[in-house]
Amino acid sequence: MLGKLTWAAIPFDQPIPLITGAAVLVIVLAVIAWVVIAGHLPYLWREWITSVDHKRIGVMYTLLALVMLLRGGSDAIMMRAQQAIAYNSQGYLPPEHYNQIFSAHGTIMIFFVGMPLVIGLMNFVVPLQLGVRDVAFPTLNSVGFWLTATGALLVNVSLVVGEFARTGWLPYPPLSEMTYSPGVGVDYYLWSLTISGVGTLVAGINLVTTVLKLRTKGMNYLRMPIFCWTTLASNFLIIAAFPILTATLAMLILDRYLGFHFFTNEGGGNVMMFMNLIWAWGHPEVYILVLPAFGIFSEVVPTFSGKPLFGYRSMVMATMAICIISFCVWLHHFFTMGAGPNVNAIFGIASMIIAVPTGVKIYNWLFTMYGGRIRFATPMMWSLGFMVTFIIGGLTGVLVAVPPADFLLHNSMFLIAHFHNVIIGGVLFGAFAGYTYWFPKAFGFRLHEGWGKAGFWFSLTGFYVTFIPLYAAGFLGMTRRMQHYDVAEWRPWMIVAAIGMVLLSIGVICQVIQLVVSIRDRESLRDVTGDPWDGRSLEWATASPPPAFNFAVMPDVEGEDAYWAIKSRAREQGLSRAPDYRDIEMPRNSPTGFVCAFFATIMGFALIWHIWWMVILGGIGAFATFVVFAWRDHDEYVIPAAEVARIDGLNRESRRAALALAGRAS
Amino acid sequence: MNIFDPQGPVAAANKIILIDSIAIMLAIVVPTIIAIFAFAYYFRQSNTRAFYLPHFAHSGRIELVVWSIPTLTIILLGGVAWIGSHQLDPRVPVPGTGSPVRIQVVSLDWKWLFIYPDQRVATVNSLTVPVGAPLQFELTSSSVMNVFFIPQLGSMIYTMNGMVTHLNLRADQEGNLQGLSAHFSGDGFPEMMFDVHVISPLDFPNWVEATAKSGNVLDTNSYKQLMQQSVESGRPVYRLPDPRLFDDIATRRIPPGPGPELADNPAKPKAESGAASVR
Repeated sequence: MLGKLTWAAIPFDQPIPLITGAAVLVIVLAVIAWVVIAGHLPYLWREWITSVDHKRIGVMYTLLALVMLLRGGSDAIMMRAQQAIAYNSQGYLPPEHYNQIFSAHGTIMIFFVGMPLVIGLMNFVVPLQLGVRDVAFPTLNSVGFWLTATGALLVNVSLVVGEFARTGWLPYPPLSEMTYSPGVGVDYYLWSLTISGVGTLVAGINLVTTVLKLRTKGMNYLRMPIFCWTTLASNFLIIAAFPILTATLAMLILDRYLGFHFFTNEGGGNVMMFMNLIWAWGHPEVYILVLPAFGIFSEVVPTFSGKPLFGYRSMVMATMAICIISFCVWLHHFFTMGAGPNVNAIFGIASMIIAVPTGVKIYNWLFTMYGGRIRFATPMMWSLGFMVTFIIGGLTGVLVAVPPADFLLHNSMFLIAHFHNVIIGGVLFGAFAGYTYWFPKAFGFRLHEGWGKAGFWFSLTGFYVTFIPLYAAGFLGMTRRMQHYDVAEWRPWMIVAAIGMVLLSIGVICQVIQLVVSIRDRESLRDVTGDPWDGRSLEWATASPPPAFNFAVMPDVEGEDAYWAIKSRAREQGLSRAPDYRDIEMPRNSPTGFVCAFFATIMGFALIWHIWWMVILGGIGAFATFVVFAWRDHDEYVIPAAEVARIDGLNRESRRAALALAGRAS
Repeated sequence: MNIFDPQGPVAAANKIILIDSIAIMLAIVVPTIIAIFAFAYYFRQSNTRAFYLPHFAHSGRIELVVWSIPTLTIILLGGVAWIGSHQLDPRVPVPGTGSPVRIQVVSLDWKWLFIYPDQRVATVNSLTVPVGAPLQFELTSSSVMNVFFIPQLGSMIYTMNGMVTHLNLRADQEGNLQGLSAHFSGDGFPEMMFDVHVISPLDFPNWVEATAKSGNVLDTNSYKQLMQQSVESGRPVYRLPDPRLFDDIATRRIPPGPGPELADNPAKPKAESGAASVR
């Protein structure tokens, strides 16, 4: 009846996951109870859960990512603590638990923190920057988000029901095959990523279509903000790379469930094929994450330098070059597998070539600051921290792209330090810059600067104190994923890294406090003009938070930095005349995404535990949801012109006041 | 295990390439980082003496320079990578004194088996080699992937079931070193450290002779015992009656290792197979 699922799946003998799981469950239940009792449920259901508004979905993606960041961060704290303790001893985590933690840490941080952070920001910002009212496929957007949430949920369920994979964040066979990993851990990994992978793919298709097909009048390709360009590149990569991931995981699923032999030792399986396939997805994946971050810096640096981005066309070219070359480098993840010197050298050089456009980007940001008037607001601090940190990460990255050097550093703590250097220093700093930068646009009030800067400085120093020691440990031959070790010379570095982890955690706490304080003081932090940073692109042309329809009339774009041009003209000639308002048709909210994900969760859980009747139930449910959606009659509602005029009138009024204020000041 | 303290020519050459590459990159990275700080500081809003160029967004000359600097650096480093990859190809024999020593390495769950087919001996978790002689490794795995790595001798390489990889090394100093597995292989992975004893070429035959007198015999049956999942804290040595044992493993005439035994609860492998309980 319940397949492999029995009471034995609950880890009653392991206090750490059990207590954590219980605490999380209590918190979740308390929140749900509060929502229901306080009567917020209808509001949540109407305005958020069923929302197909790209802004709401973007916010929910970001929220999911930030919550999962706390989970992945807890894993990181446990790992650093274990390695600081486990010298000549077993530490406090047995191998079967430690191995789950590093696997979950990597999986969560890449798939459920990095991806939703960048997709959330892209979702929120790109339609606003393009001057349009929504993404190309609003309901599909909602489906994509909820399927991602399903994946995150399944990973977290594994904490208390069964176990998570103990095979690393990429489950290399044959270790991940049934023979060597008979538990449900790898199945949790496979199904959560398969389901959320579908979500990511539809998000990618949606955003590519949005950028290619939905731009406002005059917004041709070479007038788009760089963030739209990096979004386009990043989502091209999603469309090209995620099917490879899904296919690879499907092959492993066939091996594990139906006894196929794609990657097994026996029966003609080939483990090297898995490594090639997974990295043919895996290397583009890091550019999927970092390209949007590059885009964010390309918005933040010009804004806070008070001048346009230097070398716009160079930047576009560099972005597209990275997009293409990133597919030609995957073999550098296994130089030490015994390929010939020609193969190694060619892939090594291809990997280094990516450093050229990336270096150009750094110089372009540098020369954007040249001759500027730089304001050191929190987003700019993150950007500067990124520029310095990312160069170091780039250096160590090119170093491991030199095959003979990689022969000493492959899989070592040096490698761990390298990719945290680029993922934290690049993606996370970028996401935090974007989060602080666009927060007032999303909610109508700024985040507290003091706590934000405290968060930045703790994160930055915490990062260096944590990861510079790991570089050193790598030079001392320490390899990754050691549950314990007996080598005395590694110990001091592990202790320093644990101290760095404390600083990093304080940085995170500062940002949590920042959010709480900002919500409390929202009246004094209110952004009345819709343009709190003196911005340059179209998202600042509308109110904060923007109305459901984003723009009362579609803006007319005549060059780069579209909003800067509108603003300059308004300063010279006063605000333009009130436009001719028309009725606006907007997509209706739809529970399709949520219901679909609900059934997908049931189906995923049932597949993991071999509960076949429940698999069929979930499958039928998800398909029926799709059919119901496909048969809908009304998918749009109309906002009358009078209502549009009223809402836009308020926005124009506040801008007129701001303009008058600026006029008096100058 | 410091890779900056190499004990053989391969590790020394790896190290030189490593240091050269860092030096080449630092030559542009350091000025760039300084420029970031300098620009950010000088062009701060409160600095009224700094000039303001609100429309400066393009300069062909600067763009030429910013594309050239990284390109030239990468051309230089690409040359280093190309030449280095060929010179340090793990398959290329390393010259040395005395006759080469063939060593066949099998990664087991979770220990290392070293077979000396010419000497007719085998050891677990302890590798003994003569100083100065070319060491010719052939490597495979009994089950999952591992990476064979002696940091102070240089170049690591994967071990994979059903496949043989090749590695050539040489040790130039007598003494004791440590090796490890550099690829996660399951619960007993941290126990896959092994000793490396580099001894004089005169002592090596004595060591072989002493080892060959061992009461333990490594044949197909005892190998099948050895490849069960377990952790080995001792350093057992074996006589090797049949020097073709490695070929039987690499060609899967001996089937791959069995993995954990299934227990009542399918969610978890039986506790006895975990490394923690073995210790």
